[in-house]
Amino acid sequence: MTQTAPAPIIAFDRVTKRFGALTVLDDFNFTVAPGEKVTLIGPSGSGKSTVLRILMTLEPFQEGTLTLAGMSYQQPNGTGPFKAGERHLRQIRSHVGMVFQSFNLFPHMSVMRNVVEAPVRVLGLSRAEAECRAVDLLALVGLADKKDHFPAQLSGGQQQRVAIARALAMRPRVLLFDEPTSALDPQLVGEVLSVIRSLAHEHDLTMLLVTHEMRFAREVSDRVCFFDKGRICEQGAPDQIFTNPQQPRTREFLASVLG
Amino acid sequence: MYGFEWDTATPLTYAWSILPIILIGLTVTLKAAAAGFSIALVLGLVFALLRRSRVKAIAWTTSVVVEFLRDTPLLVQLFFLYYVLPDYGLTLPAFLTGAIALGLQYSAYTSEVYRGGIEAVPRGQWEAATALNLSRTDVYRDIVVPQIVPRILPAMGNYLVAMLKETPVLSVITILEMMGLANMIGERTFDYLVPLTMVGVIFLLLTLVCSAGLHWLQRALPKAGIPLQ
Repeated sequence: MTQTAPAPIIAFDRVTKRFGALTVLDDFNFTVAPGEKVTLIGPSGSGKSTVLRILMTLEPFQEGTLTLAGMSYQQPNGTGPFKAGERHLRQIRSHVGMVFQSFNLFPHMSVMRNVVEAPVRVLGLSRAEAECRAVDLLALVGLADKKDHFPAQLSGGQQQRVAIARALAMRPRVLLFDEPTSALDPQLVGEVLSVIRSLAHEHDLTMLLVTHEMRFAREVSDRVCFFDKGRICEQGAPDQIFTNPQQPRTREFLASVLG
Repeated sequence: MYGFEWDTATPLTYAWSILPIILIGLTVTLKAAAAGFSIALVLGLVFALLRRSRVKAIAWTTSVVVEFLRDTPLLVQLFFLYYVLPDYGLTLPAFLTGAIALGLQYSAYTSEVYRGGIEAVPRGQWEAATALNLSRTDVYRDIVVPQIVPRILPAMGNYLVAMLKETPVLSVITILEMMGLANMIGERTFDYLVPLTMVGVIFLLLTLVCSAGLHWLQRALPKAGIPLQ
């Protein structure tokens, strides 16, 4: 057993995150290997979305160190804005993309502009080149024919697929999905999940998924982490977690959501 | 005056004979309002952005300046700029002074409109922009400003109309705008009714045109791809 594990692409080292008096993440340790597909499950308020939001640098944290793609930052006693400089944060962000529960497409831009905006502004691609890549990405999510539509003209499922294409256009190494199907009508969930499923076959892309779709989690993940009260209570291969959970809290939770 | 003769035989001929002078005043009124409002639109946005600065001192100083501009009468600001500043070596032409005073006062109002508009942009939009790694400049230019334009349009239109109606105050610093000229005509002919009525009607027409233009914009913007909330 001399095989060395690759250096983790994500490492939370004793991270503590508080909202006022409420401790959301408590001395939190968590590592993810490059290319790994990890699903975070657990009751609401257990800190799983906060993990994604910290990774996307949308939330500061108070203690500990976060290392992302070899770059670390820490926020000693930080309560206000990020202690790390804007340049440093933007460098960290350049490796990460995020898909939100409420899509958050830019309503005043066409589908095409939503996808090309950041590649043109941030990566410095020419508009023609960005549009060329955007056409491929929109085809990937099955929306090549909607490129001139505005978000308001699309269904929720279509909007979320555009949001996925928009995130992919930045070529992230880590893609975060924060309850991507929770805001969708039930009949639209499938089309979004099938897009995420196809992405799960990409070997280089690291994926973190917060979801309540347990069957889907079992199908696409390499690892499932059960969150409870700001810590990972139990983690393991999906088959083990779903068929043979060790912790009573995990059993309780799964019984309540699987019915 | 201006070499015009006026005919006071009947109100109608009187009105007709002073119309050219009133129209000269109208161009001054329009120029002052256009210059003042342009200043207010740009400076108001600058104030709104500075007030959101992460540097506390900048945000605080801007708030004080905006509050000061808003809480002092336009007339006092006008007199100050025109009659006091020259004592300290800064003499500006009357028209420029008027445009600056209007612009400064109204930039305090428009900055509040911008601020409300910016705060109404949903959190998710900022977060999506951050997730795409857009810089702050990109976020404001491409995401925030285009989204607030339809939202702030009605309030901005109101301030344009209000400013237009306030231009007569510029006559106190010798700017010969429409109202000032009408007043001078009245002094010469001892008949104020006709010139002042004409000024009133012209202001009414201007206001109606502004409102119509605003309605047109509000209809045209969604077609241009900017949805109204």
